[in-house]
Amino acid sequence: MALKTEELVLNMGPQHPSTHGVLRLELELEGEVVTNVKPHLGYLHRCFEKHCEAMTYPQVIPYTDRMDYLASMYNNFGYVVGVEKLLGIQVPERVEYIRVIMGELQRIASHLVALGTYGLDIGAFTPFLYCFIDREKILNLFEITCGARLLYNYMWVGGLSHDIHPDFVRLTKEFIPYFRPHIKELNDLLTYNKIFIERTVNIGVLPIDTAINYGASGPVLRGSGMKWDLRKNDPYSIYDRFDFDIPTGKNGDCWDRYYVRVLEMEQSLRIIEQAIDQIPDGDVQSAIPKRIKPPKGTVYSRVENPKGELGYFIISDGSTSPFRVKVRAPSFVNLSVIGEMCKGHLVADVVAILGSIDIVLGEVDR
Amino acid sequence: MFEWLSEITGNQILAAFISAIVPVAFIVPFVIFAVWLERKVSAHMQDRLGPMRVGWHGWLQTIADFFKLIQKEDIVATATDKRFFNLAPYLVFVGSYAVYAALPFSSKYIGSNTDLGLFYIIAVSGLVVAGILMAGWSSQNKYSLYGALRSAAQIVSYEIPTALVILAMVMFTGTLNLAKLSDMQTSSFWNWYIFGGPDWGLSKFLVIPFMLVAFLLFYISSLAEVNRTPFDMPEAESELVAGYHTEYSGMKFAMFFLSEYGNMFAVSAVVSVLFFGGYQSPFGYIGNLIGASWMVPFEQVFWFASKGIFFVFVQMWLRWTLPRVRVDQLMTICWKYLIPYAFVNLIIIGLISLI
Repeated sequence: MALKTEELVLNMGPQHPSTHGVLRLELELEGEVVTNVKPHLGYLHRCFEKHCEAMTYPQVIPYTDRMDYLASMYNNFGYVVGVEKLLGIQVPERVEYIRVIMGELQRIASHLVALGTYGLDIGAFTPFLYCFIDREKILNLFEITCGARLLYNYMWVGGLSHDIHPDFVRLTKEFIPYFRPHIKELNDLLTYNKIFIERTVNIGVLPIDTAINYGASGPVLRGSGMKWDLRKNDPYSIYDRFDFDIPTGKNGDCWDRYYVRVLEMEQSLRIIEQAIDQIPDGDVQSAIPKRIKPPKGTVYSRVENPKGELGYFIISDGSTSPFRVKVRAPSFVNLSVIGEMCKGHLVADVVAILGSIDIVLGEVDR
Repeated sequence: MFEWLSEITGNQILAAFISAIVPVAFIVPFVIFAVWLERKVSAHMQDRLGPMRVGWHGWLQTIADFFKLIQKEDIVATATDKRFFNLAPYLVFVGSYAVYAALPFSSKYIGSNTDLGLFYIIAVSGLVVAGILMAGWSSQNKYSLYGALRSAAQIVSYEIPTALVILAMVMFTGTLNLAKLSDMQTSSFWNWYIFGGPDWGLSKFLVIPFMLVAFLLFYISSLAEVNRTPFDMPEAESELVAGYHTEYSGMKFAMFFLSEYGNMFAVSAVVSVLFFGGYQSPFGYIGNLIGASWMVPFEQVFWFASKGIFFVFVQMWLRWTLPRVRVDQLMTICWKYLIPYAFVNLIIIGLISLI
């Protein structure tokens, strides 16, 4: 006679060390094997989109900071690009270069957190702190530029809040040769570790067609082998001037998604290297409009956030505040694939898979 | 020690009591030291300083933490099975504490000089499993339950390679008595069993590589038995929050902590007795050199503690370097690799000891 067995429902989160915030996953388990995953969202919902309707266009920028708080620069970037498109203004060259450098530094900083916390999820504590030491250097660069370390409110519609610090170029140039050997160190310590590979290879395999059907983007999509990067495929700002590659994975497993991020840090360094020498002179605030009152119309602007495609759909009714701001948050869309990836894996793998998606709950819930 | 004490006190119960107190007097300061060491080791490996405020380089930090834990409210959730919930931490502690009875700290002090020392250690450390299962089950928490079941499966599985290695050692040395084992490896490090033992001959040189394998097998499986990274499945914090002791707080949590660190030293001590001469100095004793033979037992305690602490340090080193294996990989390592290797090693060492 077969034993009578029951499915075990395990609530993972919202207070759990490795859900990267206040995500709740409802796991249905057969022993330790996951049969179904239901993510429950909304614990960090702060009505960002509704708030925007009561704010003027520049006042929205600090709100964008608080979405993906590990990549605030890039959130600003996406929003100001959208509003500028709506206004039809051209920003000075200097502003464009500084924006790109800041954006790429932010990408490295965001990936460092992703890689470090991923090591933590797998149980390796030390790489996490090594990553944070390097992230600290980037935050210092941001701090001398705009005074803030996490929520910058740096990119304004038509310009920047501050010009770069006189030391910024020198310090950034020093940072690049300092950081390159650290990528190698991270690889030696974690990426090529036998136990780490055993834990991540062939776990949470995401086939390329499933990834596309779910609308996944960023490292999650590229890990599956799709060469899709908005910086190349739909260039915004001045990204078409730089020479860089789009790293992709092969199998679409956790290790590929992880390794794509490692390789992307290298590419970001390449972009910074090219851009840092070409910053032209000029006034970063010369193109900031006195009064931001875009004409009636809609705009969808999308940028390649460290997490994926960050889109802003802005509807203007001709007043000084947006009628509607809809955000296509990459973390939110990427998280929706988790059910597909987790089926048939163990509880320990759910943690590995969730970490490899690299979600930020501030962005998932907004 | 027991005989000596009962002679001077003239009371067997008192003597037994005193010799039982000695391990506690060792465990508690050791745990306080080991927790501090763990924090310092991890900090320096991660480019941090670790605790620096309480005392010189924070050495009083653990004592401060200990007092904090004593003062904490003892929270017991309503749904728990109170009897077992309250009993479990002490049972776990007893399991790791009882091991100390058979550890020879020096030629003059051993809690109980029994001929079945090694067998006894394997047996009583099994008590920990009962305590952990009890804790996990009575907590009424799914994470605790998972942690407890994993832990039970893990400890029971890894006892097999441990026992097989010990069996090989018993065949080679002919004794289960830890004091006798240490005695045999006397006078120089060349007589340690990792270097083939005290008998000079063909077998000594033949057995060295297999002793190394035996040591590695034993050390790996003992890592798993004390639930240390890379085998810290039961309390894998990224998956199971804190495993079987998720629901515990205050002193009861401290008991689990105490037993974990106590266990770390116990297995390290067994490793050092089996392979690295136990309390024997790697070269002569200063006491013998200057003609003060009363110094020798104290030197032996020093060597025993340092060897143990060295292997505890290696455990910490591994913990802060390696990621964690998955639960099924853990079982694969045990059943598909360690146990077959241990069997082959057992046969070879058995054949060599026939020579």
